[in-house]
Amino acid sequence: MTALTDDTLPTTPRAIRDEMIVFAIMTVLLLLVPLTGLYPFFVMQALCFALLACAFNLLIGYGGLLSFGHAMFLGTGGYVTAHAVKVWGFPPELGLVVGTAGAAALGAITGVVAIRRQGIYFAMITLALSQLMYFIYLQAPFTHGEDGIQGIPQGHLLGILDLSKPTVLYYVIVAGFLFGFLVIFRTINSPFGEVLKSIRENEQRAISLGYKTDQYKLLAFILSGTLAGFAGALKVFVVQNASLSDVEVAMSGEIVLMTLVGGLGTVFGPVIGAFIIVATQQYLAGFGSWVTVIQGSIFVACVLTFRRGIVGEISHFFRRSL
Amino acid sequence: MQALYAQLLVGLINGSFYALLSLGLAVIFGMLNIINFAHGALYMMGAFCAYFLLNLWGVGYWWALIIAPIAVGIFGMLLERTLLQWLSGLDHLYGLLLTFGIALIVQGVFQNYFGSSGLPYAIPDELRGGMNLGFMYLPIYRGWVVVFSLVVCLLTWYLIERTRLGAYLRAATENPTLVRAFGINVPRMITLTYGLGVGLAALAGVLSAPINQVRPLMGENIIIVVFAVVVIGGMGSIMGSIITGFALGVIEGLTKYFYPEASNTVVFVLMVLVLLVKPTGLTGRAA
Amino acid sequence: MADATMAEGAVAQSVSATSVLAVQNLEAWYGESHILHGVNFHVAPGEVVTLLGRNGAGKTTTLKSVMGIIGKRSGSVRFDGREIIRASSDRIARMGVAFCPEERGIFASLDVRENLLLPPAVRSGGLSLDQVFELFPNLRERLGSQGTKLSGGEQQMLAIGRILRTGARFLMLDEPTEGLAPVIIQQIGQTIKRLKNEGFTILLVEQNFRFASTVADRFYIVEHGKIIDGFANSELQANMDKLHTYLGV
Repeated sequence: MTALTDDTLPTTPRAIRDEMIVFAIMTVLLLLVPLTGLYPFFVMQALCFALLACAFNLLIGYGGLLSFGHAMFLGTGGYVTAHAVKVWGFPPELGLVVGTAGAAALGAITGVVAIRRQGIYFAMITLALSQLMYFIYLQAPFTHGEDGIQGIPQGHLLGILDLSKPTVLYYVIVAGFLFGFLVIFRTINSPFGEVLKSIRENEQRAISLGYKTDQYKLLAFILSGTLAGFAGALKVFVVQNASLSDVEVAMSGEIVLMTLVGGLGTVFGPVIGAFIIVATQQYLAGFGSWVTVIQGSIFVACVLTFRRGIVGEISHFFRRSL
Repeated sequence: MQALYAQLLVGLINGSFYALLSLGLAVIFGMLNIINFAHGALYMMGAFCAYFLLNLWGVGYWWALIIAPIAVGIFGMLLERTLLQWLSGLDHLYGLLLTFGIALIVQGVFQNYFGSSGLPYAIPDELRGGMNLGFMYLPIYRGWVVVFSLVVCLLTWYLIERTRLGAYLRAATENPTLVRAFGINVPRMITLTYGLGVGLAALAGVLSAPINQVRPLMGENIIIVVFAVVVIGGMGSIMGSIITGFALGVIEGLTKYFYPEASNTVVFVLMVLVLLVKPTGLTGRAA
Repeated sequence: MADATMAEGAVAQSVSATSVLAVQNLEAWYGESHILHGVNFHVAPGEVVTLLGRNGAGKTTTLKSVMGIIGKRSGSVRFDGREIIRASSDRIARMGVAFCPEERGIFASLDVRENLLLPPAVRSGGLSLDQVFELFPNLRERLGSQGTKLSGGEQQMLAIGRILRTGARFLMLDEPTEGLAPVIIQQIGQTIKRLKNEGFTILLVEQNFRFASTVADRFYIVEHGKIIDGFANSELQANMDKLHTYLGV
């Protein structure tokens, strides 16, 4: 692989069929989790990050744009939802909408700026924009700075679903994840997605064919940011707080890492990657800064020897699109 | 008024570090086509090197100014030889990811042994105290940092733009294949160039130690500001990086005086503005 | 030599002992594209040999393969009797091979003087700056100019001048007359003849075979990545028809 997503296989009916089979398997597994001994809190957290990683992957895998600042969407979705639910007393569904809308707005504003450059410069710009948001959130009173927004009530979704019950919350989160995932899936396999892929492959050619490539890239950026915000909004109900760590550079780096490990440009890679990274964080929580070293090592190892990621390698081995 | 000049001085000092770091980044990017995310961590290693030299072997500041850049530069060249070389021919973004990973490793290791708090490093005796300039009080060390950084930046500019060695570097940046076909060992040049860039970062670290203390995370935040500096200035010209670095430091300092809440963000806001008006950066030559 | 490939194979052994350059079964790839499919030719000391052929035939790729610039190559390339098929381009250059690429490769970030002084000496006896100015007087006035601000002809002279400084005695010139005015083309022709008189060995790639015929001792025809024919300059007239077919002129 010389380019980041060289290996993405073309969308064929067979590919879509393969992917839908895996999707069905994934859905069934997720629905069955409460029946296993698996700790639902871990799975819910992982699902939020999985959606976040999928949103990020939409941009790099299909748009060819590596964003090093996706934490700003996670954080915005989280903070806005948290504030709406705790301070304004919004019901959960409205809180989710508002949080997602906030991320979408941020996506539009930052997208207009970021899309002006490509490749490395795009990555650096998104990183700097994310840092800008970090400092804004650090100083904005409503976020309570280093303390973050704590004790967020989970409430009743649509008036009937009591989110303080773990099983109920779990299925809501699964539903949210599957919804977001399907939005991405549908986008990838739509005419819009095809244009995006052609832009990624050869932007000059796309321009000469008459496509306003900047508009497509901006739309992809906004969509990616919106879904990342949605993930952040969902996460608020799982962890019941919104903090600065969601907007830090380290978070943006983790998002990239999850997708890299799982497989850039694959459909299911980000999901696997998210689960793995969240799991390592849980198990290595006692090791302090060694987690950083391990994450850095995984980055290095992946870039040097494992560029396709887990799903990418499987996909390549079986010559199927996953 | 005193406070304004004091803040201007702080701005100039930060500008010195921005200039030294963005210069190193630009040089590395020109030759290797890699954005060296590890630059911040290597800056931190320079400061730690000075700290170790003093506290483990009693080797003072003046020696550290020479030894630290060389030592960290060698470490950088080892990194280039063992890890970065594998990336030639690949998408540039891999370089960003790889050096990001290296930065995490280096930072994590230092964090483990030294926590997050700052270690002190004393101003060398010869540079202690200050001078009363009438309109302000100038701490000698701080004045030294600005002057020395400027001198190093200009020397680097001269080396690259006016010497034979610099001609090799500029030519290899433009067309490495042809330069190699003339009989010049370009891979070795690349390694040395990376060492030069890293050395500049480590030098900034040594200069920074007495002012900002020695902390494992000291590179993390400055690198992002330097990225913004580089986007604003454009990485095409050496002089552009130097001027932009100093200028943005001063602007940051002035903002701290007039509108403190924005001092952390002004560089990023400027970056947004520049991008809206001139996407290729102020010096124009885009990558 | 009706079928150069077979004839070459047969005389290869005796030839490579005395040739400056002996190429056998050279194959080369650009990524996935297989460009050279087994090139065979040789260049004797003091000769000027020209590779003729249409666009895309593989002439430039052949030069680049000899220079070691093409990543993937196989076969045998012997320079002064030593095998260089696996060597890196800087090693090959240091053995005494100088290359002047088609695009001339003048560095924009260097001025004319820096461009001239860039290639290091690989042998003693390279031209001094004054000697280069003797050959190409125009360059003397343009020393401080940025390299790419020169006209096409001046850039070509700069490109040739700088490799003459290295002391290499085997030169590979890729389309030195392309896009140049007749007056300059003549000047380049004089220069090549002069170099030949001084004992340089030159491998030339040219589309302009009329020009080539004024300087070359021998020609090879390259087509689809192979040498399909070859003849001496004295046989040129006799082979004009064949030439027209090969080159499509």
